[in-house]
Amino acid sequence: MNLITISGPPSSGKTSIILKTIHALHERDLKVGVVKFDCLYTDDDIYYKKAGVPVKKGLSGSLCPDHYFVSNIEEVVQWGRDEKLDVLITESAGLCNRCSPYIKDIQAICVIDNLSGINTPKKIGPMLKSADIVVITKGDIVSQAEREVFASKVHSVNPKAITMHVNGLTGQGAYELSTLLYDEKEDVETVKGKQLRFSMPSALCSYCLGETRIGEDYQMGNVRKMKLGDEND
Amino acid sequence: MINIKEIEKVKIKALEKKYPFSIAFFENNNLNIDGYDEYTFEEYLNHFTEEEIEEWAIDIEKIKIDFIAYMNEMLTFLGIEEEDGVNSLTIIAGNNKYGEKEEFESLTIHKGEIVSIVGPTGSGKSRLLADIEWTANGDTPTERSILINEKEPDKKWRFSSSNKLVAQLSQNMNFVMDLTVKEFIELHAKSRLIQNEEEVIQKIIDAANHLAGEQFNLDTPITSLSGGQSRALMIADTAILSTSPIVLIDEIENAGIDRKRALNLLVSEEKIVLMATHDPTLALMADKRIVIKNGGIHKVLKTQEEEKEVLVELERMDKIISGLRANLRKGERLKK
Repeated sequence: MNLITISGPPSSGKTSIILKTIHALHERDLKVGVVKFDCLYTDDDIYYKKAGVPVKKGLSGSLCPDHYFVSNIEEVVQWGRDEKLDVLITESAGLCNRCSPYIKDIQAICVIDNLSGINTPKKIGPMLKSADIVVITKGDIVSQAEREVFASKVHSVNPKAITMHVNGLTGQGAYELSTLLYDEKEDVETVKGKQLRFSMPSALCSYCLGETRIGEDYQMGNVRKMKLGDEND
Repeated sequence: MINIKEIEKVKIKALEKKYPFSIAFFENNNLNIDGYDEYTFEEYLNHFTEEEIEEWAIDIEKIKIDFIAYMNEMLTFLGIEEEDGVNSLTIIAGNNKYGEKEEFESLTIHKGEIVSIVGPTGSGKSRLLADIEWTANGDTPTERSILINEKEPDKKWRFSSSNKLVAQLSQNMNFVMDLTVKEFIELHAKSRLIQNEEEVIQKIIDAANHLAGEQFNLDTPITSLSGGQSRALMIADTAILSTSPIVLIDEIENAGIDRKRALNLLVSEEKIVLMATHDPTLALMADKRIVIKNGGIHKVLKTQEEEKEVLVELERMDKIISGLRANLRKGERLKK
C-alpha cells in the first residue's frame, strides 16, 4: 500500500483536489481510501462515499489536531491494509499553519490557494516547507502574473518541492498529480518507529488542563508573556 | 553549480553582493539578516539558539539544502534566457474519449503563429491545454504526445516552477492583491529577476494603454481598474514579462480592449498563441483552427481566402458597433 499525507489550510481545496486525483487513479484500477482528519466538523466523508471511496473520519475536538493525527496514524495504516487499498490518503488541515503531519519517507503534499494572499507562503511553517509536492489551487480566479508571483514565493521557501497548479473544479492538472502518487514498488506495512519530519508545537499549561479563568494566578506550566514594554516597539 | 561547502564560508555581505537574488530567500523564509553582514552563511545559521529553533520552526539542515537548490535553480534560470527558446510546438494525435484515433496526424505551430480552438463547452479543450502544459508523452488519458522544437521535450518543463512552458490567460482577470499598477508590475518583475525594471514597467504600461479604451497610469490601484483595463494590463504583462513561450488564452472578451492589437502584441513578443474561442472574428484571426469533438481533435482547418474576406466584413461590423458604443458613451444620439 502507498501512503500519502496531504495537508493544507482550511478551504484551500484539498478535498476537491483529492477527489479529482482519485478519479484518475480509479481509471488505472487502483483502490484508493481516504482518512479525513478535522477538528470540529467535516462532511467531506459524504463526498468521498459518493465517489465510491472507502473513507473514515476523525474529529480531534478539544485536542490539538496534529497530536491527534500522530496518535492515530498507525491504526489508520492498519485499517488501510485491512481494506486492501493500493493507495491510502490522509487529509488534514494544519490549522495553526505550523503543524505538519508529514512523516519521513512518506510522501507529503501541501495544498495552498492563490487567494490566500501573497505573504501566505511566508506564514506557513513546516507544513509547506517540508512538503515533497506543493499543489497550488484556484489559479483560474487570479491573473497569470499573480499566479507567477505566488508560485515564485512558494518556490523560494521550498525550492526542493515539485510545485504544480491544479484546478479543483475542472480537474486540470489532477491527472498529472495522480501520476506522482502511486509507486508500484512501494509498500507501507506499518509506520511504527518512523519519525515525524518536524516536531509539533508544545503547550502543557494550565489551560491545556481545562482552566478557563484569566489572570496570572491561574497560569501554570509552560507560560510565556508578550513583551509589551518599549523594547517591543 | 555551487555547493554548500563553498557557500558556507561566504559572508552574508558577499553573498548579497554576488547573488542579489539570494536576499529574497532570506526574506521569504523569515530569516532576518540585518546586522549579520559580517557573519558567514554557516555562522549565521549557527547563531540561532535552541529556543529560537523550536519557536520559529527552523530546520537548519533543510535551510542549507533548500538554499543550495534555490541558488542553483536561480542561476540556471538566469542562464536559460540566453539559450535558444521554443521555436515550435507539435501535437501528435492520440485518441478521443471513445478511444478512436484523432482525425489528424500531427500539427506543428511555430513561434509567432496563432491557432484557435473551437468546439462545444466540455468537449475537451481543457484536456488539450493540460496535455500541452504537461508536455504529454503518450502518458495522459488522450495518449497525445507533445514535441518542442520537433524533439521530445526536456522534463524540466513539467516540474520546474520558475521555468514554465505555458502562461494561461483566463477569462477571470480579478486581482486579489491591493497594490498600484506600478507595485504590481514591480513585484512580478522581481519574481522574474528582471534587471532593467523601470524600463520594463514603462513598456508594459504603454502597451496596456495601447490596448485599453480608457487610459490609466502607474499610480492607479489595480483593484480599481475596469474589466478592459485589467485585461489590457494582463495581456501586456504576459507578453512582455512572462518567460513562458506558449500562451493559452481562454476567450478574450470583446469588452474594452482592442483584441486585434492584443493578439499582435503577443505574437510580436514571439510567442506561440493558442486561443479557445466561440467568436468568429477571433477564430478567423488565427492562421489555423483546431476543431474539438468528443474529447478529441476532429479537424485542423487552415483559414481560407474566403474566410479572410468574411473577417474583413466582420471587422467592418465591429468598427460600426464600436463607433456606436463610443457615441453612446459621449451621450450622443445614434444615427443610422
